Amino acid sequence: MTASTLNTATTQPPTFRNYFNRQRILGIVFLLLAFGIWYIFAQGLGDIAESKEIDVSEVITTFKLPLSSQPGDLFNWELSSSPVLTVLAMAAAFLGGVQLWRGFGRYANWVLAIVIGLFIFAFLTWGAAGKSLNLGGLLSATLVRAVPITLGAMSGILSERAGIVNIAIEGMMLTGAMVGVFAGSIAKLWLPDSVFAGMLEEKGLLILGLCFGLVCAMLAGMLLSAVHAVLSIRYKINQIVSGTVINIFAVGFTSYLSARFLQKYQEYNNPGTFRPFELPILSDIPILGPIFFRHNIFVYSMFIIIIVLHIALYYTRWGLRLRSVGEHPKAADTLGINVIRTRWMAVLLSGAMAGFAGGYFTLGSVPRFDEGLTAGRGFIGLAAMIFGNWNPIGSFGASILFGFTDALQTKLAILKLPIPSEFLLMIPYIATMVILAGVVGKGQMPAADGQPYDKE
Amino acid sequence: MSEKPVLELKGITKRFPGVLANDHIDLTLGKGEVHALLGENGAGKSTLMNILYGLYQPTEGEIFVNGEKVQIDSPSDSIAAGIGMVHQHFMLIPVFTVTENVMLGEEEVSAGGFLKRREAAKKITELSNRFGLDVDPNALVGDLPVGVQQRVEIIKLLYRDANILIFDEPTAVLTPQEADSLFEIMQLLIDQGKSIIFITHKLREVLDYADRITVIRRGKVIGSTVPAEADPAKLAEMMVGRAVDLDVDRNPPQVGEVVLSVKDLLVVDDQEQAAVDHVSFELHAGEILGVAGIQGNGQTELVEAITGMGKVDGGTITLLGQPVQNKPPRFITELGSAHIPEDRQRDGVVADFPIVDNLALQSYYMEPFSKGVIMQEDVMRENATKLVEQFDVRTPTIDTSVGSLSGGNQQKVIVAREFTRDIKFLVAAQPTRGIDVGSIEYIHGQIVEKRDAGVAVLLVSTELDEVMQLSDRIAVMFDGRVTAMVDARQVTKEQVGLLMAGTTAEELFGKGETQND
Amino acid sequence: MTDNNKSSEPQPKPDSGQTLIDELNKTMDGGVWQNSLRSALYPILAVFTGLVIGGIFIALTTEEVYAAFRESIFAGLGESWRTIAVAYRALFVGAIGNPAEIAAAIGAADWVAFQDAIDPFLESLVTSTPLIFAGLGVALGFRTGLFNIGAEGQLFIGATTATWVGYTFTGLPAIIHIPLALLAGFIGGGLWGYIPGWLKAKTGGHEVINTIMMNFIAIRLVEWLLRTRMQDPESQNPISPFIADSAFLPSLPFSRFHIGFFIALIFAWLTWWYLFRTKWGFTLRTVGTNPNAARYAGMNIVRATVTAMFLSGGLAGLAGANEILGLNHRLVASFTSGIGFDSIALALLGKNHPVGVVLAAILFGTLRNGATQMQLDAGIPIDIISIVQALVLAFIAAPAIVRTIYRLRDTGDDGQLVTNSWG
Repeated sequence: MTASTLNTATTQPPTFRNYFNRQRILGIVFLLLAFGIWYIFAQGLGDIAESKEIDVSEVITTFKLPLSSQPGDLFNWELSSSPVLTVLAMAAAFLGGVQLWRGFGRYANWVLAIVIGLFIFAFLTWGAAGKSLNLGGLLSATLVRAVPITLGAMSGILSERAGIVNIAIEGMMLTGAMVGVFAGSIAKLWLPDSVFAGMLEEKGLLILGLCFGLVCAMLAGMLLSAVHAVLSIRYKINQIVSGTVINIFAVGFTSYLSARFLQKYQEYNNPGTFRPFELPILSDIPILGPIFFRHNIFVYSMFIIIIVLHIALYYTRWGLRLRSVGEHPKAADTLGINVIRTRWMAVLLSGAMAGFAGGYFTLGSVPRFDEGLTAGRGFIGLAAMIFGNWNPIGSFGASILFGFTDALQTKLAILKLPIPSEFLLMIPYIATMVILAGVVGKGQMPAADGQPYDKE
Repeated sequence: MSEKPVLELKGITKRFPGVLANDHIDLTLGKGEVHALLGENGAGKSTLMNILYGLYQPTEGEIFVNGEKVQIDSPSDSIAAGIGMVHQHFMLIPVFTVTENVMLGEEEVSAGGFLKRREAAKKITELSNRFGLDVDPNALVGDLPVGVQQRVEIIKLLYRDANILIFDEPTAVLTPQEADSLFEIMQLLIDQGKSIIFITHKLREVLDYADRITVIRRGKVIGSTVPAEADPAKLAEMMVGRAVDLDVDRNPPQVGEVVLSVKDLLVVDDQEQAAVDHVSFELHAGEILGVAGIQGNGQTELVEAITGMGKVDGGTITLLGQPVQNKPPRFITELGSAHIPEDRQRDGVVADFPIVDNLALQSYYMEPFSKGVIMQEDVMRENATKLVEQFDVRTPTIDTSVGSLSGGNQQKVIVAREFTRDIKFLVAAQPTRGIDVGSIEYIHGQIVEKRDAGVAVLLVSTELDEVMQLSDRIAVMFDGRVTAMVDARQVTKEQVGLLMAGTTAEELFGKGETQND
Repeated sequence: MTDNNKSSEPQPKPDSGQTLIDELNKTMDGGVWQNSLRSALYPILAVFTGLVIGGIFIALTTEEVYAAFRESIFAGLGESWRTIAVAYRALFVGAIGNPAEIAAAIGAADWVAFQDAIDPFLESLVTSTPLIFAGLGVALGFRTGLFNIGAEGQLFIGATTATWVGYTFTGLPAIIHIPLALLAGFIGGGLWGYIPGWLKAKTGGHEVINTIMMNFIAIRLVEWLLRTRMQDPESQNPISPFIADSAFLPSLPFSRFHIGFFIALIFAWLTWWYLFRTKWGFTLRTVGTNPNAARYAGMNIVRATVTAMFLSGGLAGLAGANEILGLNHRLVASFTSGIGFDSIALALLGKNHPVGVVLAAILFGTLRNGATQMQLDAGIPIDIISIVQALVLAFIAAPAIVRTIYRLRDTGDDGQLVTNSWG
């Protein structure tokens, strides 16, 4: 997304900017978070202690963590809330101090992630003080919720790194979700009577059908992205308008077909889902195993995609060329790189990725399509992309944050927090706006993002 | 020059809608030759080179490299033919390292498409050493000074084994020192068997460094010569089409009181460099102060600071008794100042708006164009009809969008708007850049007329002739500083040229005679 | 970013919103409909083509058509034609009423029958009304070079503030209460636009993402309000109390048609007057077309950006207020409309001119309303209208497609830049 000013003429007070550079601002942010841990959470324990008529030091937070993949095999991790919060506050304050004093240089982003992690851990310690919280379940759910957001962000990175803004990820996801359901259901109905029936057992047939649905979902996303490419590359229309066209179309198209067919013929709206499976050895690691390695294909794919995309973007010829086209297409052109073809490829891959993300909804989560079931995840993915600085790993971190608030939603009733849950849920959106405002440093948006390429 | 030419262009013609940019151009380049392509801005030099580089396709004509006909449809074809180009606006990606910029498009990869950065960096270091380029392959290009960026561009060509190197206005963005070292590099390149086409509109460079000179005007080859036989006046005439004697008739100045006073002005640019470095001068009513200098020596920032369009980091600017540093443009405009901006298309007009609206751009919110909050369309149209007539703007109607007018007519719209307000101070930045000769004369006449009416005029131009012809006094800017302030009647063009090139006033005139102020 | 590399990148980076405005404003220079036939040609062809393709789509998704094709190709084509005809006839009748019935009612001077006969038409206007408001808002943003994609959230907040004023102040006469509630809607939506506008002007944060984020925040905020402060004490559900009768927009006794439509027309006129007749509008348009020249001319770009986003959001907020005061009379958490994205299509279809926006809004309001009838009569889901709308938007944005279809000559007025120097 073009984060630079429309009004290039806008001037900002230079002295303020110069003094409060990224290093100092980050340091202040860290210190504020540390203060928050101490003031809101640690001090907040007093009320909890009072209501239980115990001393603050006696308040205990219990986190339940999985020991093995057996569902009931939980380990109660009991923490004395007050000292833990104090330590967390001190750790965050220390990092803030170091950041202010000399900065962490290129590791600043990692430190930022650590401090946010500390803050979230403090929040949970406080929220679950005097109670117990299934932390393992929460983290596992976070990962699952982060899947469509991460994949959406990867879709955005693919196309924006090549200079094409794609706000149609939402629409492509929606279409992918519907086409996935439809194709998956057809395959499910057809496969038992086909030649494959003799070759595979029932479970294999189901997976084959689901894979077929997933491929169709990706193709559907790709088809829509081809429309985006035609409009924005071939006809050079504004890329946000083009994205809007696709979003409107996708909402209409999926709702139309859903109302006309899927509601009437429910057998075409029931492909089944990819089942979670345990990765051998890895899933036996206590705590980590059950959290990370007991998922379905989408979670594992997500990890692979992040790593592959990161390596491909920064370490291969393909990535260098893709990024050059998004930074300075004319320069790329003068070096014999086919800008148009590169952008087409990037947009098509972006569409396939969004379609894959759509497949998650109907083939990896709930095996049926309902109108508007993506509920804005495509847009959140875009936000995660910006948050993560157009970088796969950073965007994954941001997606985890979004996924966490999403997962937390279901646990809020247990925690009974004194803050209205709606406000907690707003935090990621507000955080995105803060990031976009450049308070913690402007992102490295591809310089030619959103600009059509004109040869002459 | 007995061997066959490494490059030969025959009858290259390029037609754009409504414009004949190149008209049957023939050109040959011998091995080891520096061939200068001389012409005014807009003469068609860059178009020709873009054809050679495959960015444009010619309407007609043939290209031969080493005697063989080549078909150049894209930059890849051009690169394959051994042609490389240093573009006027560098084709570099600021967020990439030097290595990444250089290897892009010509990457060495291992199996699986992984970049072999280290090998490429090694090769770059070798090239850098061989040609004395002094470039760190691991630096981010965006962090490098302009002169080094240009060397990165040169490395890009060498990395691709280009033998025919095209330099498009290479000195436009360079300081004189950087330019000098560029010419040294060019000599090294020639010594190693490369051939160079060198595009410029600066006579001095051509005479000093070229082996052969071809002059282009309005898309046609006017003639070819060698420096030994060329004399500057004749070249200039070939370039612009008539004897350059644009002397404007004018009376001696009737100098009045101080209108503008700049003291110790400091403007710091994005790279924390002083773009305007403690500049001080005064400008009186009824005189024209010309600011001469090569592009990029702080003139743009000076004008922006004075007109309120850029920030001021230190010092004071006093206009008509009021401090105006860091004041908004409208405040300064309302004091009675007018501004012909350097970049006409970007700042001076709203290209998509009709002439009517553009003529009201500076005072649309005041009487008579607005009564209260309501704009008076009748008044605006009347005004437009009058001004179009008075300033000879060639346009079908006053509702025509300014963007569809020629450059000269756009400039006339700006002049009409700025000059018909009640002004006491005028900043004219590059007032005749890229416009036709007829319009130039007209605008020059208008500026002198304003001076005679008692307006204080600050004329900023990179065209030395223009500064010489119009100014009463000349301030020479070099590297952000005013290095000399001279009486225009007492210096020669050559002297000012030397000052612009960085010669200090002391060196030129001896101590004590530096300031006529 | 590239700022530190001026020399290699001398052009100011055009913003996407900016380029869009360049593309769009070229054809319309405001004020009058110059050569109205020609400027209407592309929109008309775009709508026509959209409907044709929509018809084909309907036929393609009808099982009977496939059954008929299995018999013979002619039967298939006939069935296709019949399906489309039935659907579009239902659409037409649902949208503007049955002409025969209207004529009969007039002929018989039967007032009650007449009321019934023109009800679809009035209902279409009712559907169009919020579209007019929101479309005007988006168009005003476009004119200033701003892409307000958050009409949805602004509308939601506008509905909320209007509802609050509607039930909190009781005992006021309607002549005061209605304007007050509308004003509240305007300010509520306006504030929701102001925030991204301010962020844009001061920090450069792009308004597209920020308005999308504001949409999500609006949803959460209203969820909370309806669960707490604004919940109807007599209800268990997240729903507000009914607004006072005095805040109801007056409507016809026999129809849902209320004066909101006329208020929308008044605001269309106000928007036009503001944009093309006042110095403020001139400022906004200049900033939207060439911000550099605007700054050169001493215009305050920050103020223009913020003002435009406030007004743009305010108009969207009025769309929400209009729905509450005119139709729903209370706020529910599921009050979403999809108008946010639709209004972008309307603004572009109307070439960002208030007259164009009104016509486009009425067209799509009418289609949408007619589609309800089509759903009942022909079983075609109403969502076909969104598909048509997307197609129309694509054709409007890329006139070259329409030109290719109809073999029109390129008049070069859809955004080809004229440059003078080839040096």
